Amino acid sequence: MSTTIETPTGTAQTKVLNMGPQHPSTHGVLRVILELDGETVVKAESVIGYLHTGIEKSLESKTYSQGVTLTDRVDYLAPLSNNLAYCLAVEKILGIEVPKRAQYIRVLLAELTRCASHLVWLGTHAIDLGAMTVFLYSFREREEILKIFEYVSGQRMMTSYFRPGGLALEPPPDWLERVKRVVDNLPAHIDEYETLLTKNKIWLGRTVGVGILSATDAIAMGCTGPLLRASGVAYDVRKAFPYSSYDEFDFTVQAQTAGDCYARYQVRVAEIRESIKIVKQAMEKVPAEGPFRAEVPGIIAPSREEMKASIEGLIYHFKIFTEGFAPPVGEVYQAIESPRGELGYFVKSDGSAKPYRVKMRTPSFVNLQILPTLAVGRLISDVVACIGTTDIVLGEVDR
Amino acid sequence: MEPQDIEKHPVVSKLRQLDAQTVAEVLEFRGEITVVVPREKLLRACEYLATEPTLRFSLLSDITPVDKFPLEPRFEVNYHLVSIDRRDRIRLKVRISGNDANLPSVTPVWPTANWHEREAFDLFGIRFEGHPDLKRILMPDDWEGHPLRKDYPTEGYR
Repeated sequence: MSTTIETPTGTAQTKVLNMGPQHPSTHGVLRVILELDGETVVKAESVIGYLHTGIEKSLESKTYSQGVTLTDRVDYLAPLSNNLAYCLAVEKILGIEVPKRAQYIRVLLAELTRCASHLVWLGTHAIDLGAMTVFLYSFREREEILKIFEYVSGQRMMTSYFRPGGLALEPPPDWLERVKRVVDNLPAHIDEYETLLTKNKIWLGRTVGVGILSATDAIAMGCTGPLLRASGVAYDVRKAFPYSSYDEFDFTVQAQTAGDCYARYQVRVAEIRESIKIVKQAMEKVPAEGPFRAEVPGIIAPSREEMKASIEGLIYHFKIFTEGFAPPVGEVYQAIESPRGELGYFVKSDGSAKPYRVKMRTPSFVNLQILPTLAVGRLISDVVACIGTTDIVLGEVDR
Repeated sequence: MEPQDIEKHPVVSKLRQLDAQTVAEVLEFRGEITVVVPREKLLRACEYLATEPTLRFSLLSDITPVDKFPLEPRFEVNYHLVSIDRRDRIRLKVRISGNDANLPSVTPVWPTANWHEREAFDLFGIRFEGHPDLKRILMPDDWEGHPLRKDYPTEGYR
């Protein structure tokens, strides 16, 4: 693989360095084959598939409701975003509308997921570049958000809380007070991280002008999410193709124009603040009481009370959880804005109780393609910064 | 959506103007428009959709193959396109036979198709002519078979 190159003192051989699959700064099992001229990257190639578990194939042998649990495992930093995209796609095929209360709760939790995911990104990216302190702080705050998920759904990470038709269960009565406590404290913590990083000379040296991505390249390579917005394209699925009542919320799409690692850092930090705004609006919108699941007999599970009180309720409950439900024949594509970009679920139904095909358009898979563009011509240490700001989750890349 | 509204859809009418043969069929389900394009016209249609100033489908969001085994034509390949500044989406669909599962690569139009096409090749065994580096991406290089095909069992096989 090594090639001959011209240097000021004559010709020399490039060196091939294998980074990963086990490497702390690749955020999972990513292998990057780097061809080096001294310490400068001449060529980079990503090798993926180490976490491929065939989730799309497994989904074909599960009923629609069982599929929700698999979607958690795709992106373990944003399970609720995946639950949401899958449920919206299934609901689109069924042609059902979810009650507003459930929609607002979904928005609230999806935005908390964005905060939690960005906090993990911030911490791990900072530790990659040598700033240990931020990692310890951001994981502390992330844990507070995960505690809310646990309180609401029973699970910190593999929540499976959104189900086709609404939510899995009624959230506990005082959950909004806990949310309020977390989102009231979070902005001050973000300020704290910013004092550690935003004007830090070493941080600026490691990120400003590193891994520059032009808007044209970003679109041509299919990049979405903060990666694209940091290059000056304010494309956000929440604004462009609103879902789950996002059009009723007031927020601005955060964008920068520099397209370097620092711009991507700025966009993500600003997005955490913007998400907090959305969460606060959602807290006011969520009615204290009301249905959290659509009422569609025979398709969406009836409430616990109805199941115990009426014979139809019992029959439907039994049939839905043993046989599942059969949507009409058709295919849909539903995209949402996950913390990493456009997350799309393509679901094709053949009229049976199991999906004929589910395809996940995962932002990490597509965004990772940009790595050679960012890394070529830079030093090896910049490759770490470039992988970090691409914000990939390998579970989502390989599915 | 009524049939006459679908015909009035800018993408459908523009594609028909480009070449009468480009649009084989137009499908609509839950407000999503799918344009079925014959294989020979795919690359031309994609170039047109990406560059035509009034359409500007600059982002190829995804390529999704579907195996309809044992039916023929066996494979359906869906291209999900997004126009960022027009806030529009469209799906192109190409139907190809299982015996002759190959398509022109759209990497010259959207470089992002590179990995999507490698994935389609890896998991479905569909070949893309003109692809710069068509090799497996998720499965190991020495893997036999294409796991997302319907005649490939979920468990077993090896």
